[in-house]
Amino acid sequence: MPVNSVRQDELSREVSKKETLVRLYRYLFRYKKDLWVVAFLMAVTVSISLISPLFIERAVDVHVAKGDWRRLLLLGAVALAAYVIFMAGTRARTILMARITNQVLLNIREELYAHIQTLSFHFFDSHPTGKILARIIGDVNSLKELLTDSVTQLAPEFITVAGVAVIMVVKNPLLALAALITLPILAAGMFFIMTVSHRRWQVYRKKNSNLNAFIHEDMSGIRVVQSFAAEEETREDFYQLSGQVRDSFVYAVRLADCFGPLVDITWGLGGFLLYFIGIKVVGVDKVGVGTFLAFSTYLGMFWNPIRNLASFYNKLVTNLSAAERIFDILDTPAEIVNRENAGSLPEIRGRVRFEDVTFAYTDEPDRNVLEHVSFTVKPGQTIALVGPTGAGKTTIVNLISRFYDVKAGNIFIDDYEIRDVTMKSLRQQMGIMTQDNFLFTGTIRENICYGKPDATEEEMLAAARAVNAHDFIIKLEKGYDTEISERGAQLSVGQKQLLAFARTMISDPRILILDEATSNIDTHTELLVQEGIRHLLENRTSFVVAHRLSTIRNADRIFVIDGKGILEDGNHQELMERRGAYYELYQSQFGS
Amino acid sequence: MKLRTYMTPFWSRYILGTVCMLGAIILDLMSPVITRRVIDDVIVGGQMQLLMGLLMGLLGIGFGRAVMGYVKEFTFDWIGTTATNRMRRDVFDHVQTLSVNFFYRHNTGELMTRMKDDVDKVCVAIGFIGMLAVEATVHTVMVVACMLRLSPTLTLVPLCLLPIIGFLAVRMERRLGKVYEEISDETAALNTVAEENLTGVRTVKAFAREEFEMNKFRKRNRRFLNLNMEQARMAATYQPLISFMGKLLLLAVVVAGGLMVINGRMTLGALGAFSEYANNIIWPMEIVGWLSNDLASAMASWKKIKKIMAEEPAIREPEAPVRLEEVEGRLTFDHVSLELEGQPVLEDISFELQPGKTLGIMGMTGSGKSMLVNLAQRFYDPTRGSVLLDGVDLRKLPLSQLRSSMAVVFQDVFLFSDTVSQNVRLGQKDRMDRETVEWALKQADAYGFVSGLAAQTETLIGERGVGLSGGQKQRISIARAMAKRTPVLILDDSTSALDMETERQIQQDLKKTEGMAKIIIGHRISAVRDADEILILKDGRVAERGTHRELLAQRGEYYRTWRVQYGEEEGQCR
Repeated sequence: MPVNSVRQDELSREVSKKETLVRLYRYLFRYKKDLWVVAFLMAVTVSISLISPLFIERAVDVHVAKGDWRRLLLLGAVALAAYVIFMAGTRARTILMARITNQVLLNIREELYAHIQTLSFHFFDSHPTGKILARIIGDVNSLKELLTDSVTQLAPEFITVAGVAVIMVVKNPLLALAALITLPILAAGMFFIMTVSHRRWQVYRKKNSNLNAFIHEDMSGIRVVQSFAAEEETREDFYQLSGQVRDSFVYAVRLADCFGPLVDITWGLGGFLLYFIGIKVVGVDKVGVGTFLAFSTYLGMFWNPIRNLASFYNKLVTNLSAAERIFDILDTPAEIVNRENAGSLPEIRGRVRFEDVTFAYTDEPDRNVLEHVSFTVKPGQTIALVGPTGAGKTTIVNLISRFYDVKAGNIFIDDYEIRDVTMKSLRQQMGIMTQDNFLFTGTIRENICYGKPDATEEEMLAAARAVNAHDFIIKLEKGYDTEISERGAQLSVGQKQLLAFARTMISDPRILILDEATSNIDTHTELLVQEGIRHLLENRTSFVVAHRLSTIRNADRIFVIDGKGILEDGNHQELMERRGAYYELYQSQFGS
Repeated sequence: MKLRTYMTPFWSRYILGTVCMLGAIILDLMSPVITRRVIDDVIVGGQMQLLMGLLMGLLGIGFGRAVMGYVKEFTFDWIGTTATNRMRRDVFDHVQTLSVNFFYRHNTGELMTRMKDDVDKVCVAIGFIGMLAVEATVHTVMVVACMLRLSPTLTLVPLCLLPIIGFLAVRMERRLGKVYEEISDETAALNTVAEENLTGVRTVKAFAREEFEMNKFRKRNRRFLNLNMEQARMAATYQPLISFMGKLLLLAVVVAGGLMVINGRMTLGALGAFSEYANNIIWPMEIVGWLSNDLASAMASWKKIKKIMAEEPAIREPEAPVRLEEVEGRLTFDHVSLELEGQPVLEDISFELQPGKTLGIMGMTGSGKSMLVNLAQRFYDPTRGSVLLDGVDLRKLPLSQLRSSMAVVFQDVFLFSDTVSQNVRLGQKDRMDRETVEWALKQADAYGFVSGLAAQTETLIGERGVGLSGGQKQRISIARAMAKRTPVLILDDSTSALDMETERQIQQDLKKTEGMAKIIIGHRISAVRDADEILILKDGRVAERGTHRELLAQRGEYYRTWRVQYGEEEGQCR
């Protein structure tokens, strides 16, 4: 299993930057109408910004020089009005742009989340939770500035640069060439920095993700850490990971911070060349003093926005790797999917048939866990699965619920191949108790009703009573309204299990799967639970991965799982008489 | 805890950064001077011999600015990320010392947000924002100084307007701070919802509730958007206003100065220069609004971090700890009672576990069995009575000695995504040798399957042991405890997830481990029957106690359980 530990960097696929960028902007362009409004508002505010020096110039050069204070005040009033418009325009633009970017982030995050819901266990097995979280939260958030600046900074600066360049060329092509000849140097430098620093930012993101995963794991398992007095060790690990984040950041900015200086150098060189060529090569008399004066102003107007563009570009490179990580998940195909023409599974009776089933995990396709397994279970039968750990008991029940797909063979429920029906309709008719009795934060009531969202209060109480969870619940201070926290503070493992029972019970499944679920309750409670379950098992097909013979003995059939298949099949009586594997298992527990 | 703590160590770097920044600003101001000389002296005046010198100067300014700018940016980036690293380490160290109570109140998702997101935001303020703030201030002060020299009267205009801008900035910071606090909490909530969904993905899929989970997330996501919009709206109220004030400043200077010129109290040239200076004040005003915004965000996060740093661990290291020379492993519960939030959990529990002996504990679900483990390892202190190790009250022992003299196998197995051997080594990673790891794996009957893994003991196991079966995980966690060879070993209902044969095997190996005091908590008679003493807990009290034989003779709860499990049924089981 290619698990990814906290310390291992994630692999990254090579995707062209352009492709990532285009894909990212596609989200933005869904809001075309709003973007047009933003563009309009920007045109207004930018033009006010551009003419405001003219106001000042006119005020000083014309009105003040002439001593015309009336006109001066009038001009002041006009300028004031323009500034008020500027203020209102900026405000409207900021809000609108914020709405667009926040909406885009919301969309990306939702799409990502929805896609993750469709992924198979294989994905979750190989990605630590902390690393997936880093993508859903951190990586998405880091796109915010990039998106906003793409619109509010990129366009106006670009227009200014292009405009000034055109004016220069029109005024004096030769001087323009002299002034702009350094641009290719800048472009080459930027390309180099981008290529290298992009790789460095990727590393930084990965280190960040590792740290996130580490914090997640350490905080989830803090009890174990403290119990083993391993704080010192985890601290060292943490320092190391946190230090790696820092180092990779420093490594990345060492180069990325060159963007600004690169602009400064080409700017200086451009100025040098402009005057040198203008004066020495072309000659002052040919160019004219006025043109020189104008060009000296243009140079500033040209390079300042370039500096801003460079800093935007820097941001782009920094955050592009975040976008890559997001798209990487979106591009991870869901392994277990509904077939195109998959229908809904109608109400079933509960017959389960394995037909020559062979199974191997995706990442070890050559190592079969099950080989040529065939059996038929009649509706209402209870099957106990026994056998050594890791022999494949859990695998069999996982296949029935289609958490994994078979490598060869077929599985039928009633007469439906499970891959021909939708997963939702399949799983809704099954009650699956997984190994971890995972409860969600929320009240006990909410947790029980997770199995049937539209359940009435009576149904919920009935389910809780049936598994004998009711008694302990009402003893709690707030009864069914008791809040369960992440670490399930108030509940023991056994109690959590009872709640998980109730949750499955309420969903009233046709097929019931209990996976190692009977092992954590005290005998007294278990008797009550068994009673409830027996109630539940009537007219229900059930598979129980159990360890206790008292539970197993009541089963209609027992499958002894070992050696990639079913070793023995029969009821307790029959198997005992056979004196095979089951007999030995039985003896080992009760022999003495 | 002061923010200053994270800034003062870098004072020399701050100075370096600031000097470079000043240098860059000065060079910036020099550039137009040279340009003017090129035009005035060389082009108009025809002093060609000056050209190359001036041009080299221009080039030099470009290079100088590049170098200074680079050093400045890099220095502040360096300060920011180094401070982040330090702060994160401090927060982490502190959180690790906190007690069970704290972790009940704070979800993993929330703690992740505090340690990552919030620390990042604070440290942006220490580095980058700090740099800009200093730059803007320096710039403004320099400009105002120049203005004062030119015309003190006219300087009254900026001197009147600047405080208003300052006031607006402060007000904006305050109001945004509140929103940012909510945003920070919402980030934590978003993180928590997603974290829970990912951790519980098996349950979600089992109940086919993906749709429901999507909606839960969508709701949070929407709230997150709304808060962000609230922030945007507020920022959009102040930021343009502040930049408007900047523009107004220039206009006011020109109009007022213009009137002064008309009245003959100022020269036109002076006004020209003055308005150029005023022009230079516009950009700092533009970023003031921007800075207040980021500062508000940083301060809101800082508040959250401070709150966590102010949490006091409920269980504290004793002030004058008594270190035992050698721990024998005599664990005594002396009339121990425990109440949690006013609810009695355990009442009057007494027992003494001698070195090398075994204590079995059975009891109903929720009867307080696991709480005994918590008390023994001092995750809680008893409300009444005392717990002693080798006769010394636990409250007097150093926590690390206390905890490393007991090893616990927990009910719910938690393994780390690391190699098998590192998991077994947990707590003694730096000193446990290979032989011990293998010995422990053999003791826990795990060596067999571990040898079959791709890289044996060096095989990476997934998060929480994904990829291993429940029984395999449990065996590794047993090995983890055994490997420590602690004087006391506690098994908290830890063998019931194993198949019968393995359980039996492990129990037999456990019996062989000499000199270890053991507490075995279990539901199966087979797990505890050989113990030297067995306690039956009921509602937090000891209901029955004795050896297997004695308890059977008592014909109480233990006897009834035994009958059920060993199948001498008379209608009880069937």
